[in-house]
Amino acid sequence: MGSRTPLYAEHLALGARMVPFGGWDMPLHYGSQLDEHQTVRHAAGVFDVSHMRPVDVEGAGARDFLRHLLANDVARLATPGKALYSCMLNELGGVVDDLIVYWRGGERYRLVVNAATAHGDIAWMRAQSGHFAVRIAPREDLAMLAVQGPEARARAAALLPAELAESALALKPFFATEHNDWFVARTGYTGEDGFELMLPADAVVELWRALLAAGVRPCGLGARDTLRLEAGMNLYGQDMDADVGPLESGLEWTVAWEPAERDFIGRTALEHLRASPDRRRFIGLLLSGRGVLRAHQCLLVAGQPAGDITSGGFAPTLGRSIALARLDSGVRLEPGDLCAVEIRGQAVAARVVKPPFARHGQACIPLD
Amino acid sequence: MSDIPADLRYTRSHEWIKDNGDGTITVGITDHAQEALGDIVFVETPENGRTVGAEEACAVVESVKAASDIYAPIAGEIVETNAALGDAPDLINSSPYEEGWILRMTPSNLADLATLLDASAYEEVVAEDA
Repeated sequence: MGSRTPLYAEHLALGARMVPFGGWDMPLHYGSQLDEHQTVRHAAGVFDVSHMRPVDVEGAGARDFLRHLLANDVARLATPGKALYSCMLNELGGVVDDLIVYWRGGERYRLVVNAATAHGDIAWMRAQSGHFAVRIAPREDLAMLAVQGPEARARAAALLPAELAESALALKPFFATEHNDWFVARTGYTGEDGFELMLPADAVVELWRALLAAGVRPCGLGARDTLRLEAGMNLYGQDMDADVGPLESGLEWTVAWEPAERDFIGRTALEHLRASPDRRRFIGLLLSGRGVLRAHQCLLVAGQPAGDITSGGFAPTLGRSIALARLDSGVRLEPGDLCAVEIRGQAVAARVVKPPFARHGQACIPLD
Repeated sequence: MSDIPADLRYTRSHEWIKDNGDGTITVGITDHAQEALGDIVFVETPENGRTVGAEEACAVVESVKAASDIYAPIAGEIVETNAALGDAPDLINSSPYEEGWILRMTPSNLADLATLLDASAYEEVVAEDA
């Protein structure tokens, strides 16, 4: 049996199909994953993401510590409340985890890390914190909801504590506001507008019920996966991991190379790979033929193995199958190029595209 | 509780089989199977005229979650497949025993039908799954 979020009984009462995920028992869907997906693209859905872990990093050395710990640079956070997506690397340039870090002003930051990796992440952070004056505090007292979709902010804001309702609606994308232990961020993992909310665990059932009463649909991990794939967002453990770093998983944009003297963990290994002609490319695929792309299928160029799908599936917004794939060393393909994917022994035609595939309710790639 | 019509035969791999009374049978997947798979997004059906052995994989149903093989319940020849599934694979979710049928076949030996599970035996299979 896995860990349970404070909403476990709510999920059961809603008839959710529960599955193990990262050590937790989580809802896969509440009836139809496809309907949940479309609701988030066109209205508003809510995900219980209380399995994810907020970790507060504070103290006189917090900023310097995070500039050492993360491949992206928290010095880029010019305004309190601003968020930054980053990989946390090991010395070999592999990814320990990917995360969002929020600057809360002064020497106060909040990181949100993945469920399955949280325990290892915290141990890693503590091991690296050495001479930095920081406190690293996992916030197991907080629950977390993602309310996503074009109608999400309006419906959720009305249910927030009065002190937050106005400032939440005024947030620009990738900014957060907070009051007491309520934290509201205009971030997400779906390619739609919305909020990610952190709040005291003992208040989350009431908020969950109020959101549902306001017409926000409960959505499970299944829809979360198809939404993030359409949005071209990576999934840790699938698209990148401890052995495969940001330069080979489409995340080079999250590595802050400047200033050159910033010595972040993994920098030396990344710089070496960056200069190497052997670096593997990461691409998007749209299936032209019939079938469904899945992780671990083999990509073929001129009939020869040329790479592997890391994430694949049916894209409800497009009515087609899409994938993220890593090419073998030395293989280069550009958007528009044709290739094939081996599905049950058959080579099925596919086209290289540039993610994202779909965001804000619409296709972002040509479908011909 | 999933729907298990009393007049059909079943397999342990969750296919249902209907005796059409004209020397052919119709095959689909059960309500229990479609519910476990989740939303169906693609169905790959065999060529008409293909000869298949009992328990031979002859079609594939892909849901949002995974791909699953569909097995011929008994030996025979494929005579028709459900063309409507090409545009509407979700018929398997909405109508597993009627509009969501997958294929028809002419069994080599109709008497093989007697080797398949009846509704009450299949109900036990589903209960074990739970």
